[in-house]
Amino acid sequence: MPSSSLPIQPSDPTSEASDAKIPARAPAAGVGPPTPLIPAQDDTLTRAQNGDHQAFAQLYSLHKRRIYSLCLRMVGNTAEAEDLTQEAFLQLHRKIATFRGDSAFSTWMHRLAINVVLMHLRRKGLALISLDEAMDPTPEEGPGRSFGSPDLNLTGAIDRLALERAVSDLPAGYRLIFVLHDIEGYEHNEIASMLDCSIGNSKSQLHKARLKLRDTLRNSTGQETRK
Amino acid sequence: MTDDRNTISCAEFQAKLPELIGSGVDVSTDPHLQSCDLCRALLADLETIAEAARQLFPIVEPPEDLWEHIESALKDESDAVETDKKEDKDDEKKGS
Repeated sequence: MPSSSLPIQPSDPTSEASDAKIPARAPAAGVGPPTPLIPAQDDTLTRAQNGDHQAFAQLYSLHKRRIYSLCLRMVGNTAEAEDLTQEAFLQLHRKIATFRGDSAFSTWMHRLAINVVLMHLRRKGLALISLDEAMDPTPEEGPGRSFGSPDLNLTGAIDRLALERAVSDLPAGYRLIFVLHDIEGYEHNEIASMLDCSIGNSKSQLHKARLKLRDTLRNSTGQETRK
Repeated sequence: MTDDRNTISCAEFQAKLPELIGSGVDVSTDPHLQSCDLCRALLADLETIAEAARQLFPIVEPPEDLWEHIESALKDESDAVETDKKEDKDDEKKGS
């Protein structure tokens, strides 16, 4: 793997050792902070850890939306997101007894799901996006291209559907960083740790992702205008 | 265009953006932006996109039948574990 490619080397998503890399705080942006465990949930967790199927079902109900939404944003299509959500909860079932409460359960679960997605992308042989591309942009992606005429300024003009479409159309590597940083609220140092890449690479990928989104959104805005 | 624009090119300014955006530095006060409409528009767009991402994405409900699939897979795993245990016991009996 070239040194400039984005390595996808997810750590064991459920080992407490690898959890040392997990941000202590819960990622919060965009979708709101994971729900802290209240006593009833704490009891549910304990029962699930002891093999209570009903309790596990309750945990599923509590976390399914957030996990599915995360998977959907990271992979960009519903079929894969469903498979990955299922795999995340199967992993949870296998490993839940190892959760020791060093971090909030929702944070642990969230990170487990991220690692399931990363493993999936890696198995697909997805180089995601080569950082060769990010660091050595083709002429059409170079900085100069990012200029736009001021009349196409996006400010105040982004609607959710357009942005969702644009994000799902991003190359996988760009999408991954954008989702983790701008939607899920992870910091660059946390993303660098998760993906085993440099902080600079994370920043660069994010910037390229935003530039691509801008191009996409401006193009769609232009098309709308021309209609 | 002012002298500021000449001391740092748009390309140089944009090369700094990945480091500056989100760093806590108030990029809007950068001298280059005072004289460059294009980079000011670019910065506004990128900040708008980041802000929109934080605010616009909703939580999505998974399909209702997903839990059934998960339960089915959990049962399959449980059955496989039981089968393995039984085979281990059988092997032990044969060994003894």
